[in-house]
Amino acid sequence: MPDGLPILDIAAVSKTFRSGAGEIHALSGASLTIEQGEFICLIGASGCGKSTLLRLIGGFETPTAGSVKMWDAPITGPRPDRGMVFQDYALFPWLTVRGNIAFGPKARGLHRKEVRAATDHFIELVGLARFADAYPHQLSGGMRQRVAIARVLANDAQLILMDEPFGALDAMTRERLQEELLELWQRTKLTVIFVTHAIEEAILLADRVVVMTPGPGRIQSDNHVALPRPRDVASPEFNAIRRELSQLLMSHHGTKATVALRPHLRAFA
Amino acid sequence: MSGGDARPRPATTRLPAVGRSTWPLIVPAAGLLLWWLATKDKPANLVPPPGEVGRALWDLAVGGLYDDAFSSTLLTHLLASVSRVYGGFLLAALIGVPLGLMIGRIAAVRAMFEPTLQILRPVPVTAWLPLAMILFGIGPRSAFFLVFLGAFYPILVNTIFGVRSVDPRLFEAASMLGASSSAIFPKVVLPAALPSIFTGLRLGLGFAWVVIVVGEMTGVPTGLGAIIMEARQLSRTEIVIAGMVVIGFAGFLSDQLVQWLGRRLLRWSPQHA
Repeated sequence: MPDGLPILDIAAVSKTFRSGAGEIHALSGASLTIEQGEFICLIGASGCGKSTLLRLIGGFETPTAGSVKMWDAPITGPRPDRGMVFQDYALFPWLTVRGNIAFGPKARGLHRKEVRAATDHFIELVGLARFADAYPHQLSGGMRQRVAIARVLANDAQLILMDEPFGALDAMTRERLQEELLELWQRTKLTVIFVTHAIEEAILLADRVVVMTPGPGRIQSDNHVALPRPRDVASPEFNAIRRELSQLLMSHHGTKATVALRPHLRAFA
Repeated sequence: MSGGDARPRPATTRLPAVGRSTWPLIVPAAGLLLWWLATKDKPANLVPPPGEVGRALWDLAVGGLYDDAFSSTLLTHLLASVSRVYGGFLLAALIGVPLGLMIGRIAAVRAMFEPTLQILRPVPVTAWLPLAMILFGIGPRSAFFLVFLGAFYPILVNTIFGVRSVDPRLFEAASMLGASSSAIFPKVVLPAALPSIFTGLRLGLGFAWVVIVVGEMTGVPTGLGAIIMEARQLSRTEIVIAGMVVIGFAGFLSDQLVQWLGRRLLRWSPQHA
């Protein structure tokens, strides 16, 4: 891919849903540029349009206005290079762990040997070798989400879209999966866009935390988190950022806070 | 990554291991006892005692007790009924499953067929009996038609339900993974609808056994329904009850067979595994 070109360019995107009674402005004039290899967290209260934005990038929705481009080409629909990890896993219940991970490579028409090799590699990578022949209903939530991650990795996704992927998991499993995801991301050149409503999760994971506000959904601020990894959630620096971000999320239309916050965050760099 | 947290199966109340096979026998044994107490030493009773039904069943199966028109005819009647039940059921499945898939998946087909089928569905099979005899004549073809009708609606309705209730997330997941729109039907819709289709087939086969007696009231010479009707006219109530027992067991065994097939084919489904 050409140097200097952002992997994703979101320009003045709006999305309006028509429902029986009227219109819902889910997203209004959102602009965002994402470089290859970045870890972005979209954060905000429910109704702020963060999931809508993710679904637009995934190609599951089309924008009412504006454009979403990947490598400068408009996104027209779902494609394997943009892999989505859903909160409710969306695994195929009739396929085993192996079958779910092989679904993409098979759909792309790879040779049986290549399918087998890719599948084995990613089953191993997410530590599910012992469960390769288990069906989704036999797995815990954490294991199901590992399968969902392996499924998009096996498809050579460059951009991983995650919609509150760890929201339904217990705290311990969530922490372990966060660690594993960071490890995976640091080893690859993947770009991750991760939707969450948990401030701590966003600061722990992201290079940039994009704060969104509802009514209509829009991007309020884009905050670089320059803390070195692994990040210590108990450190004063981490807590300072957490405090700033929660204040920002509380004061919905606080443009002043945005201006004040960005240099403040940079001070931790 | 590592994983060691397999989810345990949801537990149901466990029966004590000793006598697990005795539990199902308690209710029939009590029923038989009550039946025997109520009918013994009453020679003029319209309901025969269990022993007499047992002898009738034996004579029906292998003969040698009464040497009448019913003796050792059970196999003939059973085979006739089984062929009608499975024939009507298979025809119902051959039409019901594809039609259900199309109604569930294609809006135009749904708009065309669904209202008509919704109006025809509440009409009981027994109400079709006179018309069936006019259309298909007195004989096995009418019986076949009625069994078909009984099995058809459960298969159709459950197939439509299965197709309509596929989790839309799975369509998104499949297209995100690169499945073409023509691959969505065989790769997503069909497997996702399979448990419902299977439930429909199981209910349909059950209904086929239910309507077989009605179906064989159309004047066919053989079949379990036919001997029940014939024995009724001759006031041979013990043979009527023997026929009922055979239908019960045949239906039970055929349901067990279907369930066994389901457990093998739908191992992935938490409802069937």
